[in-house]
Amino acid sequence: MILFRKIRYLDSAAQALVEGELLVKNGRISDFGPSLGQPDSAKIVEAEGAVLCPGLVDMRASLGEPGFEYRETIASAAAAAAAGGITTIAVLPDSSPPIDDPALVQLIIARGAETGSVSLLPYAAATRGCAGQELAEYGLLKAAGAIAFTDGTKTIASSRLMRLALSYASGFGMRIVQHPEDYELAKGGAATSGARASWMGLPGIPAAAEAICVARDIRLAELADGAVHFAHVTTAEALALIRQGKDKGLRVTCDTAPPYFDLNETAIGGYRTYAKLSPPLRAEADRQAVLAGLRDGTIDAIASDHQPRDADDKRLPFAEASPGGAGLATLLGVTLAQVQSGHLTLPQALALLTARPAAWLGINAGVIAKSAPADLCLFHPERSWQVSAGQMPGKAQNTPFDGRALEGVVLGTWKAGVRVYG
Amino acid sequence: MTSPKHLLGIEGLNPVAVTSLLDLAESYVLLNRSGKTQRDSLRGRTLINLFFEDSTRTRTSFELAGKRLGADVINMSVSTSSVTKGETLLDTAATLNAMNCDLLVVRHNRSGAPALLAQKVEASVINAGDGTHEHPTQALLDALTIRRRKGRISGLTVAICGDIAHSRVARSNILLLTMMGNFVRVVGPPTLIPSGIEAAGVTVCHDMEEGLRGADIVMALRLQKERMSGGLIPSSREFFAYYGLDRRKLGFAKPDALVMHPGPMNRGVEIDSDVADDPVRSVIKEQVEMGVAVRMAVLDSLARGDIL
Repeated sequence: MILFRKIRYLDSAAQALVEGELLVKNGRISDFGPSLGQPDSAKIVEAEGAVLCPGLVDMRASLGEPGFEYRETIASAAAAAAAGGITTIAVLPDSSPPIDDPALVQLIIARGAETGSVSLLPYAAATRGCAGQELAEYGLLKAAGAIAFTDGTKTIASSRLMRLALSYASGFGMRIVQHPEDYELAKGGAATSGARASWMGLPGIPAAAEAICVARDIRLAELADGAVHFAHVTTAEALALIRQGKDKGLRVTCDTAPPYFDLNETAIGGYRTYAKLSPPLRAEADRQAVLAGLRDGTIDAIASDHQPRDADDKRLPFAEASPGGAGLATLLGVTLAQVQSGHLTLPQALALLTARPAAWLGINAGVIAKSAPADLCLFHPERSWQVSAGQMPGKAQNTPFDGRALEGVVLGTWKAGVRVYG
Repeated sequence: MTSPKHLLGIEGLNPVAVTSLLDLAESYVLLNRSGKTQRDSLRGRTLINLFFEDSTRTRTSFELAGKRLGADVINMSVSTSSVTKGETLLDTAATLNAMNCDLLVVRHNRSGAPALLAQKVEASVINAGDGTHEHPTQALLDALTIRRRKGRISGLTVAICGDIAHSRVARSNILLLTMMGNFVRVVGPPTLIPSGIEAAGVTVCHDMEEGLRGADIVMALRLQKERMSGGLIPSSREFFAYYGLDRRKLGFAKPDALVMHPGPMNRGVEIDSDVADDPVRSVIKEQVEMGVAVRMAVLDSLARGDIL
C-alpha cells in the first residue's frame, strides 16, 4: 500500500487538478480524495507542490531492439522511459527484423513485461517487411497483440496499397498509421524546402509533401471506409485537412511530437545533425499551427517520436546523417514548457500525454480512476533541469533539445504500484 | 597556429574583411606578374589539399598559391566512391591532426562537410567547395576580377545565369555581391532556381532578355549535369536555346558588360564559344589568374591569424 499525500492530481472526471491524497493497493488505484485518513501499514509518499498524474502513454517510439542494439535496447529505453514518467510505449515495427509476424509481436510484449517498468504495445508492419509491397497478416497480428499497422517512418507510398490496407484493416476494426510524406517529393531530402535549406545547400522536402499525402489518405480512408492515423503531423496545411476530415465524421486521427511544437527549422543551423528529423523541422508558422492544433483538439496525442541514434549515425555531413531524435526523457518536460508559456493548460497537456493516447490505443491506462492500474508519475512542475546530450538516461543521446532548460522534474514513476524510478 | 580560424563561406565575412582580402590579393597579382613569385611567408607550414571531389583548376590554384608563399603542399585526393561516407571524414581528421597540418583546403560533395571537419581538426580549414553550399574563394576571385575591370565592386548589376539550384558558386557570389551593395539577378528555368532565394534580396528572372537588360556583369554557371537527378530540364539543347549565353542574348546587357564563368565550361550548353572566347568581353581567363592571387591572400591571412 502506498499513500500519496500533499499532492495535486488530475481528476479525470472534472478535468482539473485537485489537491488531495491517493491510495494504491495491490497495484491498483484504490481510492483518492481530499483526505483518506491514515490506513495502517501504508507507505507514505509526501510531495508538497508536486503533481501526480497517470504514467505517460507514449503512442510512438522506436526502441532499437531487435536489430539496432548499438542505438538502444529495450532495457535502456525502459530506463529512459521511467526517468521520463512513461509507463506505456507503443513500439514501431521498423526494427530488424521488422515486426511483421505474430511471434515477433508476442516477443515485444514479453520483452516489455520483463522490464517490469514499462508496457510495450507493438505496432505491426502494415506491409510485409515494411517493404511497401504486400499486406501483412492483419488478423493474425491483431490476435497476437498488435495495436495498429504502420510501416513506421516509411510512407506507404502506393495509393492502391494504402487503399487495400485501410480496407482490409477495417475488417478487423484496426487502424493504419501513416508517416505522412509524399514519397517522391520527400525522396533524398534533408530539410524543409525554403530559404534556409537553399542557403545551406541541402536537398529540400517541400512542406506540402505532408499535406499532399494527408489529402490523399483522407480520401482513401473515405473510399475504403477505413480508419487512418497520421503520425507526427507538422504543418498548418495538413492540420487543416485533418480538421476538415474530422468535421466530416471520417475516422481520421493524428498526433505530433515535441520537436514540432518546440523547435523550428532554425535548429538545424550550423549543420546540427541532432536536429535532423523525419519529418524535418518546419518554419515558425507551422510550429505555431501545431500548437493551435494541440489547443483546439485537432491533434489527439503527443508522442515522444523516440528514434535512438548513436554518434556514428549523426557525426556525418548533414545530408548523410541519419534522421531522428531521442525523445523519451524529454516528452513531459517539453510538453510542460507549453503550459508555462501559456499555450496549453496543465490538464490539456497531461491529457495529450495520458488519457487521450490511452483512449486511442483502447487500453485501461492514462486515467486516475478507482481500480485503474497504479501506473503513476509524480513530478514537480516548478523545479527545473537542463537537457544535456551525453547525460541523458538510457543509451540514446541524440536529443534535439540539447542545452534546453526545462521545468518539470520527475520525482518518481510507479508501474502497477511498484516504484521504478526516483 | 594557436587559434585556428577558418574560411568556410562568404557567410560570416563582412565588407571590411572582403575589401582587405581583395586589397592583399591585388598586391599578389602584381607580384605574380613581376615573375618574383617565391615568397617565404608560409615557410615551414604544411598545406594539405584534401579533395573528395574531382577538381583540376581549384586544386592546382591552391597548390600554386601555397607554393608561391613557401608552404609545403601535399595533395590528397579521396575518391568518394571508395570511402564509406562520412566515417572516413572524421578518421581523416584524426590522421591530419597527427600530421600537424596547418592549412587544410577541403572540397567535398556534401554541404557542410568542411564545417564538420573544422570542428575536429586543429588546422585552419578553407572551404574549396562543399556540395551545393558555398565556394568562397571563387566568389572572392570573381569580385577581384570585377573590381579590377570595373574599378569598383558596388552599385553594379550582376546577372547570374543557369543552374542556380545546384551551384555553390552562385550562393557564394550572391552573398558577396549583395553584401557589397550590388544588384543581383538570378536567371534560369524555375526548376533550377532554389526556393526562397528572393528573400536574400536578389531578383529572380526566367527570361534572359529581362534578366540581362542593363547588366554590367553576366556570369554563366556550369550546368551541373552530374548533380542533376530527376530531369529538371528536358535537354541541354533546349537549355541552350533559352538560357545559353550567346551573342544575341549578351546583346541585352550593357555594351561593355563582362562575361564570366567559373569553369570548366560546357561549350554550347550554358555558353557559346563565340562569347566565351571574346577577347574584349570575356574575362574567363583572367578569373583563373585572379584565383591564384586570391588564394594566396586567403592562405596568408589565415596563417597570420588576420581578419576573417
